Amino acid sequence: MSSQPRLIAAGYAALLALLALLLLGSTAWLGDSPTRMQFAARLLPPSPEHWLGTDALGREVWARTLAGLALSFQVGLSAALLGTLVALSLASLAMLSPLLDALVSLLIDTLLSVPHLLLLLLIAFALGGGTEAVIIAVALTHWPSLARVLRAELRHVHHAPYVAISRGLGKGQGFIISRHLLPHLLPHCLVGALLLFPHAILHEAALTFLGVGLDPTQPAIGVLLADAMRYLTGGYWWLGVFPGLGLLLMVLAIERFASMLREVLAR
Amino acid sequence: MLVLLCVAAVSFGLMMLSPIDPVDAYLGPQMAQVSPEQRALIAERWGFDASPAVQFRHWLQQLLSGELGWSHIYHQPVSDVIGQRVHRSFLLLGGAWLLSLALGILLGIAAGSNEGSWLDRLISGYAYLTASTPTFWLAMLALLLFSVTLGWTPTCCAGPTGVLSQEVTPLTRLHHLLLPTLTLALLGVATLTLHTRAKMVAFMRSDTALHAFAQGASRIDIAWRHGLGHASLPAITLAFASLGELFGGSLLVEHVFAYPGLGQATVAAGLRSDVPLLLAIALFTALFVSVGNLAADGLSRLTDPRTRRSHTNE
Repeated sequence: MSSQPRLIAAGYAALLALLALLLLGSTAWLGDSPTRMQFAARLLPPSPEHWLGTDALGREVWARTLAGLALSFQVGLSAALLGTLVALSLASLAMLSPLLDALVSLLIDTLLSVPHLLLLLLIAFALGGGTEAVIIAVALTHWPSLARVLRAELRHVHHAPYVAISRGLGKGQGFIISRHLLPHLLPHCLVGALLLFPHAILHEAALTFLGVGLDPTQPAIGVLLADAMRYLTGGYWWLGVFPGLGLLLMVLAIERFASMLREVLAR
Repeated sequence: MLVLLCVAAVSFGLMMLSPIDPVDAYLGPQMAQVSPEQRALIAERWGFDASPAVQFRHWLQQLLSGELGWSHIYHQPVSDVIGQRVHRSFLLLGGAWLLSLALGILLGIAAGSNEGSWLDRLISGYAYLTASTPTFWLAMLALLLFSVTLGWTPTCCAGPTGVLSQEVTPLTRLHHLLLPTLTLALLGVATLTLHTRAKMVAFMRSDTALHAFAQGASRIDIAWRHGLGHASLPAITLAFASLGELFGGSLLVEHVFAYPGLGQATVAAGLRSDVPLLLAIALFTALFVSVGNLAADGLSRLTDPRTRRSHTNE
């Protein structure tokens, strides 16, 4: 019985990997269709020729949505990995001395007391916008909550008997961290990164939507939705509905997988 | 207090890092008509030739004397910009907060007291779904459906265009506020519902609930008589602690609905590099969020003696 959730999670992982491959590979097989303009086919509703309709410049919404999802996936993945790395290094740093611990805690409290989106806006502003700026901004705003979990976890293992034995045998702090603490933290990091992932994607899209994120010439979901905003009062619903729906489904899939993985690992 | 000072330092540091030249941002399109000498004069007048540390100290002094600076995009003192908008934002935030709290507790108890039923699955599914929904997309959908297609609610702003804000009746104001508030509330509901549900599931398995069952009380009776008190305080605490998320959501919602509150001013300040306004809003929200966190801490200490003990132990 107990192997069933594991099996489901494994199946889910395979499905997600397939999705990721599809999205990452889509840049190759989509070619220039996300940006190709057809001026004879502007603002057409969904039909057999134009699956999800076309936008104001006659570009295919389905191709732009797919390209946007691929972009979101890449940005989200990089940001989640970077954020996890920051959280892990700062949580380990906090173990070294009480002073460092206090400093890291203060930094966590500071960053948590500013709303995510506002902090994102500030960081993106400081870095001047663009893809790298968004990745860094999302990573820098999302590490504190994970760092808090990792720090608590580290303190917990720090007092475990096997660590005490290792210390009694005269092993150094560095050895204990790299051999005992980090391997214990790895599953937490994995789940943490996966849980960060959907947040990172949503925040990237929000930032881009507000106009301080990715370059508006790129077919990002935020850009598509900001475009759709402009044509909203005209009733061109397909411009906004499909890209948002794609984003929602992708985020939901990753979210469910992350919580499932957490349950499996918690056993 | 220390946290607030850190927020000030961090946000000031970020502004210093920005590659956008404040003189350029101030001049805007007139940039080409200004000679380098005049630019140097402006920079000197504003104190940009001083070191960042000196500038930071100067800014802090001004801040403590209540001087927040001048917002160049609204051509008003920053305190006026915030003062005019804060009540509109508070109306929106407060309405959404109360609504999401009420709905979250209601749905959470309904789901948690009937664990595993179709109602539970429906509500949990809904909560998971809204937790993954982009705020601004939901706002757009609401706008599309209710304002554009059905025409029930206005498409923008806090009042009809061309009417002075003093002459807008409370009813029209409410009409304009309705859709943004609902949208913002729907998103806060997800976490509150899941949290309350977990509390209720635990409660329904507890000895208290078993005892009540043994006395012949019905499921609904137990849920609403005992469960409500049991689950509502944690929900209120969580709602206080997540004020920051709510404000972040209001940034997007106000942007989509063109609602002239603080969130819209924040986005405008970020896009058009109005540094004094951005800094003041960052500080203001940090204060707002800190008060929320304090309230959450105080509430949990009041209601749960265990947290009180652990605090004295440290």
